[in-house]
Amino acid sequence: MTDAQNDSAYLDPKSIPSNAPEHCPGTESEKAGKSDACAGCANQDVCASGATKQPDPSLPFIRDRMSTVRRKILILSGKGGVGKSTFTAQLGWAFAADEDVQTGIMDVDICGPSIPTILGIASEQVHSSASGWSPVYVQDNFGVMSVGFMLPSSKDAVMWRGPKKNGLISQFLKDVDWGDLDYLLVDTPPGTSDEHLSVVQYLKESGIDGAVLITTPQEVALQDVRREIDFCRKVGVPIIGLVENMAGFVCPNCKGESQIFKPSTGGGKQLAADTGIEFLGSVPLDPRIGKSADYGVSFLDEYPDSPATIAYLNIIDRIREILGD
Amino acid sequence: MAAAQDSPVTKRLATVKKIILVLSGKGGVGKSSVSVQLALNLYGSSPTARVGILDVDLTGPSIPRMLGVDGQAVHQSSSGWVPVYADGAAGRLSCMSVGFLLKKKGDSVVWRGPKKNGMIRQFLSDVRWGDLDYLVIDTPPGTSDEHLSLMEHLAGVHSRLCAVIVTTPQAVALMDVMKCLSFTRTVNLPVVGLIENMSGYACPCCGEIQNVFSTGGGREMARREELQFLGSLPVDTELVELLDGGKESGEGFQLLERYQKTPTAKLFGDICSLVC
Repeated sequence: MTDAQNDSAYLDPKSIPSNAPEHCPGTESEKAGKSDACAGCANQDVCASGATKQPDPSLPFIRDRMSTVRRKILILSGKGGVGKSTFTAQLGWAFAADEDVQTGIMDVDICGPSIPTILGIASEQVHSSASGWSPVYVQDNFGVMSVGFMLPSSKDAVMWRGPKKNGLISQFLKDVDWGDLDYLLVDTPPGTSDEHLSVVQYLKESGIDGAVLITTPQEVALQDVRREIDFCRKVGVPIIGLVENMAGFVCPNCKGESQIFKPSTGGGKQLAADTGIEFLGSVPLDPRIGKSADYGVSFLDEYPDSPATIAYLNIIDRIREILGD
Repeated sequence: MAAAQDSPVTKRLATVKKIILVLSGKGGVGKSSVSVQLALNLYGSSPTARVGILDVDLTGPSIPRMLGVDGQAVHQSSSGWVPVYADGAAGRLSCMSVGFLLKKKGDSVVWRGPKKNGMIRQFLSDVRWGDLDYLVIDTPPGTSDEHLSLMEHLAGVHSRLCAVIVTTPQAVALMDVMKCLSFTRTVNLPVVGLIENMSGYACPCCGEIQNVFSTGGGREMARREELQFLGSLPVDTELVELLDGGKESGEGFQLLERYQKTPTAKLFGDICSLVC
């Protein structure tokens, strides 16, 4: 049970096969094939031979593909349902509003892809060409890739363990014909596990410009976001800043403001101050945000005078400023 | 299957009468809050009911905070790990979470699949639950390693398993929940029913019900998929505050007393009677 307290050995993302024993040192580790845990593992011989210590063969392809992508931004949150995908979509729409800016969104939430629905392209399919898989285009300068485009029906569950998810993420990075992009936004699932480690690992050489963290004001969410900050620091991903979503609700009937998710410990602002990261702003809860997401339309365009739109745009401007664009 | 019959997990869980998995494909819909409420209701249903909560959300454990036992530690004994008791001396509400194993609350658990699988196996086989009437298992979002591992390790006790699915009313959430339902069908896990959470919000100023996250989506999905609809729960700021407060339970299990005063408790009582 000391394992959970001593995860420093797991800082480096390692590829661990699905049939590996629990204490697998990782196939790239010096101890691969030689540690006590390796006894009896089906992969012991291949690990001991040293073949697995070679760099991942897909890395040079990913580097080539990513060489034409100027900015790579991760959208993270330890907690689910705080608005990562919604924020990613708004950010995408805001960037793509300038027709000279090429924007892409890569959805690595393999088990629960929401990006296709939020962008209103849920029924689209991915096509492959000589230069790779073509992303699905929301508009000329806004391409999207998600596992949602590959399922026979939206009801189908993707019941994959880690290695299979990692394989698909590597394909999203090396086989998708992203073309020249100014921004590639990566929407992630909740947690700090396979998908997150893989994205960071695969993009290490190309460089990640930074991560935007999303939270809601209550402590239960902040706890998970604190873990995500710890994760970013462990794996060396710079943090652009923290966005507090669903902060305050303005009743459309009486215009009174109330807190649905009360910031019992100071909310996102306090967390940002405590951890020394920038607080990018609060977005109030507007029921029309969720509705726009369900219908797949841009909230920013539909409701330009909502306080939430103003908050989103201020945050997006600040992100641009931090990136120096 | 013979091996599953006397695996350490099967032996350990032989004294557990019923195991309820709380699932949802989507994150942030209230799985943990439903798990805690389910446990509190079952606990309150009889003065002798013994209930356990197992939190298998390894990278985002919320149960300790919600039960007000944040920061406590589990102890090792000769017969296994001793869970944390949320009701203090009474010892009828036991809880296990990876949150109890972390040094600092901000520590991240950066684990890939096999390590998560190992932890779940240990949670099921090494925790000294003792006699339990109900074991409520809170799961992370998705349909991946944790869920597959759970089903694998619980194969020996499959006849005592059932699942409750939680959703919020928006289409985006329902899509993920549909995937989760497909998962339960693939692994042959009986689903008791569906709960629609965050269905409407009563404005504290004017009392008018606002559909913050839309409404009715869960009921509609239950009808379409021929699932039992267990009920809708509106957003209850009192409950959010209670579960978020992280207050240590004092004399006589205050969390339960305070919970029973929230508006949701009454609604949840009906849901609970449908579940068990």
